Amino acid sequence: MTSRSKEKIAFAILTLTTILVTMPVILIVATIVKQGIGAINIEFLTTFPRNGMREGGIYPAIFGTLCLVAGAVVFAVPLGVGAAIYLNEYAGENLLTRLIRLAIINLAGVPSVVYGLFGMGLFVIFLNFGASILAGSLTLAVMNLPVIITASKEALSAVPQPFREVSLSLGASRWQTVRHIVLPNAVPGILTGIILEVSRAAGETAPILFTVAAFYLPGLPSSVFNQVMALPMHLFAISTQIPNISLETRYGTALVLLGLVFLVNSFAIVMRAILRRRRKW
Amino acid sequence: MTTSSTSPAIETRDLNLYYGSFQALIDVNMVIQPRRITGLIGPSGCGKSTLLRSLNRMNDLIPNVRVYGEIRVFDHNVCDDKTDLVGLRKRVGMVFQRPNPFPLSIYENVVFAARVHKTAKGSDFDDVVERCLSSVLLWEDLKDRLGKSALELSLEQQQRLCIARLLAVMPDILLMDEPCSAMDPASTQGLEELIARLKEEYTIVIVTHNMQQAARVSDDCGFMLLGEMVEFRLTDEMFKIPQDERTRDYVTGRYG
Repeated sequence: MTSRSKEKIAFAILTLTTILVTMPVILIVATIVKQGIGAINIEFLTTFPRNGMREGGIYPAIFGTLCLVAGAVVFAVPLGVGAAIYLNEYAGENLLTRLIRLAIINLAGVPSVVYGLFGMGLFVIFLNFGASILAGSLTLAVMNLPVIITASKEALSAVPQPFREVSLSLGASRWQTVRHIVLPNAVPGILTGIILEVSRAAGETAPILFTVAAFYLPGLPSSVFNQVMALPMHLFAISTQIPNISLETRYGTALVLLGLVFLVNSFAIVMRAILRRRRKW
Repeated sequence: MTTSSTSPAIETRDLNLYYGSFQALIDVNMVIQPRRITGLIGPSGCGKSTLLRSLNRMNDLIPNVRVYGEIRVFDHNVCDDKTDLVGLRKRVGMVFQRPNPFPLSIYENVVFAARVHKTAKGSDFDDVVERCLSSVLLWEDLKDRLGKSALELSLEQQQRLCIARLLAVMPDILLMDEPCSAMDPASTQGLEELIARLKEEYTIVIVTHNMQQAARVSDDCGFMLLGEMVEFRLTDEMFKIPQDERTRDYVTGRYG
């Protein structure tokens, strides 16, 4: 066989795998859109569920998920980026930092239900936050930390070393170097990590199951110590716990969850593109 | 050693430096006088860049570096652990081999030091930019496009910009690590003229592997070989009547 025809076969196989990888995504999105689009209207998005959640809208679940995602970002981003800065810019290479890195990698592999139980044990019971937005956000934040730390660390170490040298040689302190030179150049990469984690925080059910999510609430929360409804939990509830709900409502809920994640992601991707264009090396 | 009426800008005393178990500098003694250009020459790997980088403690960034002996900058031993590195680097600045402007605008590059050291604010920044760019003869060329990215400039302009960025720190001593090695001959000549001009206000130490350059720009000259300072004297003497046989072989081009 000539190298030319080998090349053709390799190319064909690679194309096929690409198609195979994309197919499920397209199928899932297409099915949900096709089955759920009929349920989407203003009422569905802005009113409370009625008649045992069989009718009405899913507004409280949307609101709850937005609260939880915002809470998770507020806690996880400063902590995660801070840890990444420490590991990449300050800590030397020693046994302790190797252990920390190992711990982070392992944390990323912990199943989400374990985070849920951990959150219940620590935030709900031990710290006595109760099942609340605070406890749920913190649990999601802990789950998000490993990926945010890893992505931020990658982004920081991708900033060329000479920039740091020059900055230090100009009499800037380590922190000033991080603050003025390293961090601005790492923001696009850090955003990538945050994007990934926002989607996960919005979609995960297990971590919020024991820590915040309510089956049904008649009103919106009034403080961070209240429970909220959340989209993934709501979807789970109407799909398995309540008989005689139209398929359209269920798919509609899934579509809203998908759309929400898509919206948040697009926003972050646009922001990243703008920042990338501004800073080149 | 000749005595001098002015106190030296930099003086090293029995300076020894190791990278792990490799000794990169061996008993280096030299005296650098203020407002003169001191050239450091020698073949690759002789330790001239290491010596230069130890003068503002940039070697600290390399793991496993050990330094013994003294480096006195304006009569303070900067090898001391308690040395204020920020203060030292404000006084002793560095120009690197490859032009390395930040990926920011021309303006932001120049005002970087003023921003982090808070030596200027608001409209003063404009004065800093004009003063520093004028010092490196870039002001006329760039004054209408200060907002453009510094990375769009030519290599020579980038190197001049890096010098301007350094001048904004208001240092006393400029360390230059083969500043022309990435340049074509015309750019090299331009930069050499600039370096000669800067001598009026600054003490300059320049590392070069180009002997002719050392002969052209420097007042004093040190020849290094395998970590040792073989000879350190007036540049004219160094090239006309070298005392050490190894120096003579090097400056006459027998190796290097």
